[in-house]
Amino acid sequence: MEKKAEHNIKAYGKNFTTMTPGKFAIKLRTCKIWQFIRFIVINIKMLIVVRKSH
Amino acid sequence: MARLVVLGGGVSGHTAATFAAKWLGSAHEVVVVTPNSKWNWIPSNIWVGVGEMSKEEVTFDLAPVYAKAGINYKQAKAVSINPEGVESSDKPFVTIEYTLAGREGEVENVEYDYLINATGPKLNFGATEGLGDANGLGEFTVSVCTADHAVHANEEFQKCIQKMKQGERQKFLIGTGHGMCTCQGAAFEYIFNIEHELKKAGVRDMADIKWISNESFLGDFGVGGLHMKSMGFAVSSKIFAESLFTERDVDWIIGAHVNKVEKGKVHYELLDGSMGEEEFDFSMLIPPFAGVGLKAYGKDGSDITDTVFAPNGFMKVDANYSAGSYENWSASDWPKTYQNPTYSNMFACGIAFAPPHPISKPMSSPNGTPISPTPPRTGMPSGIIGKAVAHSICDRILKGENAPLHEASMAHMGAACVASAGKGIFDGTAAAMTIYPVVPDFEKYPGTGRDTDYTFGEIGLAGHWIKHILHHLFIWKAKLKAGWTMIPE
Repeated sequence: MEKKAEHNIKAYGKNFTTMTPGKFAIKLRTCKIWQFIRFIVINIKMLIVVRKSH
Repeated sequence: MARLVVLGGGVSGHTAATFAAKWLGSAHEVVVVTPNSKWNWIPSNIWVGVGEMSKEEVTFDLAPVYAKAGINYKQAKAVSINPEGVESSDKPFVTIEYTLAGREGEVENVEYDYLINATGPKLNFGATEGLGDANGLGEFTVSVCTADHAVHANEEFQKCIQKMKQGERQKFLIGTGHGMCTCQGAAFEYIFNIEHELKKAGVRDMADIKWISNESFLGDFGVGGLHMKSMGFAVSSKIFAESLFTERDVDWIIGAHVNKVEKGKVHYELLDGSMGEEEFDFSMLIPPFAGVGLKAYGKDGSDITDTVFAPNGFMKVDANYSAGSYENWSASDWPKTYQNPTYSNMFACGIAFAPPHPISKPMSSPNGTPISPTPPRTGMPSGIIGKAVAHSICDRILKGENAPLHEASMAHMGAACVASAGKGIFDGTAAAMTIYPVVPDFEKYPGTGRDTDYTFGEIGLAGHWIKHILHHLFIWKAKLKAGWTMIPE
């Protein structure tokens, strides 16, 4: 049932020109160590945006 | 003793009222008028709508919180404003009608020195035939706009899952129910939660999922799209959204004005003028928003609603409403202080203020039907504006009538948005995004209109964790628990 993202692209359909993630990019999304690092980074970025907005 | 009356107890009104009560202390009075008995953390309604959270987890009773804050809470809806008072008295007042059990329909005039209109939107289901009548949700589609709507949405969703488990294929149609809708982000989040839950239930292969929206391109989100820093590129949200839809095998219809809903079918008009139909077994369509229909009366009783409110029912503030066509738009058109230009003791915040114009470029079909998103004013901007307005009023009460007003322009303000799919700590993912500023400033940031150092987005567990934390953090803050003032809006 689980399809690779590129299998959903329809040739010359409306999604033909988009980008799709490969195995590595998809793996990184749920890699707990990498995501913990991103958690810190995203929080810092969001706090900067919050600070700039007040 | 001065009295501040806040109309509405949503994100913006609640923020304004609670900070005002803290800053003013017991020497002055803060009154909140809201028809609801409960506060609702609306972003988590998405999880209620797929059965991952209960209504009780996203709501709490307002009365004990306001009692703790020393706020005079009136469970009632505002009906009209008399900003000049009446002939026998110069004191301005609002007329309210109680919704509190036991006092339903009872009318009261509440005098004020300062007024904040934070009434939020009327969910205008009646604007689309069959989407619902003027009083609320219809029988053919569901909504996640309120916690009760989301509970109903989940009941219908679970029925679909049961049908699929019995071998019956189901079509899901999620998006916007009118050409002038906003809040595409909520529908965006819901469609991917639906997809995630179907996968989890083992019936994804029995479902056809389709997006329908009034955006002229996927990823517009009512803010004209955004460019996010990714892998060294400034990537358009169009690519970002199309990639996500393709990856999750979700089809889309864009530039669509849904003009009629009937059982199992929507009728729509596209930006190219063509008409279409789409069948569904389950559909969640966001309704357009309008002002709540407050009236305003002059001292002599004359109707001055047109002076105080824009035609869409939202309150006029210090915005430039005469900018004209898209080519003339500027970031400086957007309001800074949210003060009503006619009555200096009235302010509007959150969805209740009338924006000067959309953020996305307005578009129409060849038939003259406007099909483009209206500007979002929810979430983080809503809270920041509420706090700034409360600060201005408190300064005027405590320091004098000429104290300078605080500013919170959406053209100088960012927003953080997390659209989560799934709820499990390790099996959910989310698209975490920040945008700065919300309203693009093409003079300051030629090209994309935004600072790409602070406009970014990525998908992963990290964003999902942030979504969980925000849920608990904002409910903690809204309940005024220890350290609530330290949590930013």
